[in-house]
Amino acid sequence: MSAADFPILSTLIIIPVVAAILCLFLRAEGARVVALIATLFNLLLGIWLWISFDGVGEQWRFVENAALFGPIGWKLGIDGISLMLIMLSLFLMPVCIGASWRAIKERVGEYMAAFLLMEALMIGVFAAQDLLLFYIFFEAGLIPMYLIIGIWGGANRIYASYKFFLYTLLGSVLMLLAMLWMIQTAGTADIPTLLNYDFPPEAQTWLWLAFFASFAVKVPMWPVHTWLPDAHVQAPTAGSVILAGVLLKMGGYGFLRFSLPMFPEASAELVWLILGLSMIGVVYTSVVALVQSDMKKLIAYSSVAHMAIVTVGLFAFNQQGIEGAIIIMLSHGLVSGALFLCVGVIYDRLHTREIDRYGGLAINMPKYALLFMLFTMASVGLPGTSGFVGEFLALAGAYQVSTWATLICTTGIILGAGYMLYLYRRVVFGEQKNADAAAMKDVNGRELWLLAPIAAVVIWMGVYPESFLKPIRGDVARIVERIDRAAPDGDSALKKNDPIMKDYRVKETHGKGHGESHGGKKAEKGSAH
Amino acid sequence: MDLASSFYFTRPEIILSAAGLILLIIAAWREDSGRALSIAAVAALVAAGSWAAHLIYSPSFELGGDAFSGLYRMDIFGSFAKILIYVAAAISLIIAPRFLKNMDAMRAEYPVLILFAVVGMGIMVSANDLITLYIGLELNSLSAYVLASFARSDRRSVEAGLKYFILGALASGILLFGMSLVYGFTGTTGFDAIGKALSGDMGMGALFGVVFMLSGLAFKISAAPFHMWTPDVYEGAPTPVTAFFASAPKVAATALLIRVTITAFGDQTFVWQQIIMVVAIMSIIIGAVGAIGQTNLKRLLAYSSINNVGFILIGLAAGTKEGIAAMLVYLAIYVAMTLGGFICLMQLRNRDGSLREEMRDIAGLSVTRPILAASLAIFMFSLAGIPPLFGFWGKLVVFNAAVAAGLFPLAVIGVVGSVIGAFYYLKVVKVMYFDEADDIIVAEEAPSLIWTGGILAALVSPLGYLLISPLGTITDKAAKALF
Repeated sequence: MSAADFPILSTLIIIPVVAAILCLFLRAEGARVVALIATLFNLLLGIWLWISFDGVGEQWRFVENAALFGPIGWKLGIDGISLMLIMLSLFLMPVCIGASWRAIKERVGEYMAAFLLMEALMIGVFAAQDLLLFYIFFEAGLIPMYLIIGIWGGANRIYASYKFFLYTLLGSVLMLLAMLWMIQTAGTADIPTLLNYDFPPEAQTWLWLAFFASFAVKVPMWPVHTWLPDAHVQAPTAGSVILAGVLLKMGGYGFLRFSLPMFPEASAELVWLILGLSMIGVVYTSVVALVQSDMKKLIAYSSVAHMAIVTVGLFAFNQQGIEGAIIIMLSHGLVSGALFLCVGVIYDRLHTREIDRYGGLAINMPKYALLFMLFTMASVGLPGTSGFVGEFLALAGAYQVSTWATLICTTGIILGAGYMLYLYRRVVFGEQKNADAAAMKDVNGRELWLLAPIAAVVIWMGVYPESFLKPIRGDVARIVERIDRAAPDGDSALKKNDPIMKDYRVKETHGKGHGESHGGKKAEKGSAH
Repeated sequence: MDLASSFYFTRPEIILSAAGLILLIIAAWREDSGRALSIAAVAALVAAGSWAAHLIYSPSFELGGDAFSGLYRMDIFGSFAKILIYVAAAISLIIAPRFLKNMDAMRAEYPVLILFAVVGMGIMVSANDLITLYIGLELNSLSAYVLASFARSDRRSVEAGLKYFILGALASGILLFGMSLVYGFTGTTGFDAIGKALSGDMGMGALFGVVFMLSGLAFKISAAPFHMWTPDVYEGAPTPVTAFFASAPKVAATALLIRVTITAFGDQTFVWQQIIMVVAIMSIIIGAVGAIGQTNLKRLLAYSSINNVGFILIGLAAGTKEGIAAMLVYLAIYVAMTLGGFICLMQLRNRDGSLREEMRDIAGLSVTRPILAASLAIFMFSLAGIPPLFGFWGKLVVFNAAVAAGLFPLAVIGVVGSVIGAFYYLKVVKVMYFDEADDIIVAEEAPSLIWTGGILAALVSPLGYLLISPLGTITDKAAKALF
C-alpha cells in the first residue's frame, strides 16, 4: 500500500501533537513511554513515506489541501529535499527522547510534550506549501525551544533562552512583512506557484534581504551567530541535538526553498554577501573553536563553520553545490547531534563539560572512544563518512563561482581537523590525569542504542550517498534550472583567448567539452563578441 | 426617518437603559443584591446583544439606517462593535461578584454602573453627530470614574478614580474644544455634513479642531502620548474593573475614533494619517519599553494595552477598508486576550486569601498551579503575537493592511516594536516557568474565573484559527458599512 492514499503528512504532524497533550497529563514514566512510542511510530511512518516516495507524481507529492483557516491554507506536500529533512527530524526524535530518558528527572511530562511539539512543528516547516502556514510553523518552534532551554537548561539558561528567542524573532518578523507583500503582489500564498512567479528585480532585493534576516539568524551566519553557542551550551543534551540537528537546517532549507528560486536575480546580485560572510564565518568560528575549553561550545562553533559551507554550496548556483549543501545539512544534523550525545554521555557521569577534567578515556571507555572517533572523523570530513561527501560536493560546486571563497572555506576543513582532533586527543587520549574521569564506566546499552544507529547512517551516507542523493537530484535540478538565468559568472573557468594561458592549454579534444562547467560556457559566450 | 424605525434601531440601548434603571431601583432598596443584579444585567446584555445580532444578520438592514434625524447611525460596524462590548461587559460582570466580595467591595451598584457605561459605549459607536458622540462618551466616562474608585475603602482605588476623573475631564475638555472648532468652521455637527464641508483645502482653524479631537479621543483609547493615566488607573482600580476598562471602553473608543476619522474627516486622510501614524508608533514603543521595568503585573498589562492600541492604530493609519476590518479583527482578539490575562491575575491569592499582583509572586507558578500558569503563558505569548497563538493573526492582518497601503516604514517599526514588546511578555513566562517556586499562590475554588479563563484561553489558542473565516466575513462587512 502506498502512503499516498492516506493523509500521511497530517498524520505525521498530528501524532506528536496528540502524544504531547497526553504527556502533559501523565506521570514521568508514562510520559517517557508515550513519547518514545509516538516518535518511533512516526519514524516508521516516515520510512513508509520514503519507500512510497518514488512514483507518486512529479515534483510535489503527498499533497494535501484543506481550507480550514480562511486565508491560511492547510496545504502540505513534499519534494525530495523536504523528504530528506523530514526523515532527519523523524530519525533524531526518538534519539532525543532516549537521550533524555534518565537525564531529565523533573517535569518529565512537560519536557516530553515540548519535544513532541517540536517534532510536529519541524515536520510542518518542511512540509508546508502555504507561505503563512510555513511562517506559523517556523515561528511556533520558538515557544517549545524557549521552554526547553529555560526550564531544563544549564546555569546560564535564562540569558540563553532570551537571546535565542529574541534574536530569532527579530529576524523573522521582517520576513513576515516580505511574505505579506509577496502574497498581495502575486495574489497567492501557494508556495509551488510562487516558486515560478517572477518578482520584479528591484523588489527582489528587498524581499531577499528580509528573508535573509530570518534565515541568516537561523542558519546561523556570522555575525548573527552569537545566540547559538549560548543556546547550545545551556540547553539540555537532547535540546542541543534538536537545535543543531534540525533547527539550523530550517535556515538552509529557507534559503533553498525561498531565497534562491523566488528571487534568483537578487540572489545573484547579493551572492557576494553570502560568500563574504561565509568566508569570515568559516575561518573565524573555526579559530574560536580551537580555543574553547567547553566541549559543547566547541561543537557549537564548529556547527557555525559547517553551516557556512552549506551557504556557500547553496549559493553556488549549480547542481553539485546545492546537492552538496543538502548532504552537509543531513550529515551535520546527524554528526553534530551525535557529538552532542557523546558529550552528554560523559556529562551525565561527571557533570562537567570542561575538557580539562577528562583525559585518557580510551583506557576505561573503549567503546565510547571508538564511537566518538567515528563522529569526530565524520565532522572533520574523512572520506568514507557522510561529512566528506557533502563538503566535497559543496566546495566543488562553489569553486565554479568563486575560487577565492572556495580557497578560504576549504581552510575550514583543515582548521576543523585541527580543533576536532585536538578535542579528541585531550578527552580520549593522553594519560588519565583525573581519577574520577578514569573511573567512569563505558557506554551502557541505552547509550549504545542511541549512538549506533546514527553511526550506521553516517557510514551509509559516506559509502553510498546515492541513497540520499537520488530523491533530491530532480528537485535540485529544477531549482538550478530556475535560477540558471541569473547565475553569476564564475571566476574559475579558463578564458578562451587568455594569452598567458596559451602555452599551458591542453589541446581541446572532441567529447571533452561535455564535462566543462557551466561557468565556462558562460565565459565563452561573453568573449564571443 | 420616522420615530418607529428610530426606536427599532436604537433598541439595544433602550433595553440596556431600561434594565439599568430597573436595577438601580432594586439596588436602592436591596444593598446586598449585587450577585442577583449581576445575573440580571448579563441577561440584559444578552438581550441587547441578540438584538444587535439581529440587526447585523437581517438582510433588510444590510445597508444600515439613520435614527433620530441622523444623530444616530445603525450599521453593521456599530452593531459588531456593540456585540464585542457586550461580551466584554458580560465577562466583567461574571467575574466580579466573588472577587469584589472578597475585597468587601461588592455592592449592588456595580452591575448598574456597568450597564450605564455600556449604554454610553453603545451610543459612542453609533454616534453620527458630535453631540451624540459627546453624550455617549460622557455617559461612559462618568460611570467609569465611579467604577475606578469602586473599592472605596482602598486608598489606591480612590486615587485611581480621582486621577482618572481629573485627566479624563481634561481630555473631554480638549475634545470639546476640538469639536467646537470643527463646528465653528464647518457650521454643522453631523459627521456626514462635516465630511462634506471639510473636503478640499482645509483652513487652519478646522485643522486645529481635528487635531484636538483626535487628541481627546487618543486619551480615551490610552494611546501614547496621552497614556499617562493608564498604568495608575489600571493598577489602582479593582481587577475586574481594570479588566472592564481594558476591554469594552477600548473597543468603544476605537470604534468611535474610526467612525470620526473615516466619516467626518474622510476626505482629509493626509491630515490625520500622519497624526495616527505618530500616535501608533509612539504607543507601540512606549508601551513596549515602559513595560520592561514594571514589577506590578497590572501595570504591566496596562502598558501592554498601550502597546496593543498602537498595533490597532496601524490599521487606521492604512486608512483603507482592509485596515478597518483588520482593526476590528484585532480588537476582537485583543478583548479575549486582555480579559483572559486579567482573569488569570484575579486568581493569584496567597494563603491568607489576599491578592498578589507583583511579578515575584508568580515565581514558579508552573509548578504550584500548572493550569493557571499555562493559561497565563498562552495569553502572554498571544499578546506578544507569537504564532501559533491567535494573537498572531491580529498582528498579521493589521500589518497586512499597512503593507497593502504601502506604509512600509510604519510596518517595519511596528514589527520591530513587537519584538521589543515580546521581551516583557517572555519575562512573565520566565518568572512562572524558570524561577524557583515560592509557593505563595494557592489554589482557589473560583469556578466562574476558571471557566471564563479557560474558554478565553481556548479562543486564543491555535483553535482560534478556526474562527478566522467567520470573523473575517463579518469584519469585512462592518468595514464596508463605513465607506
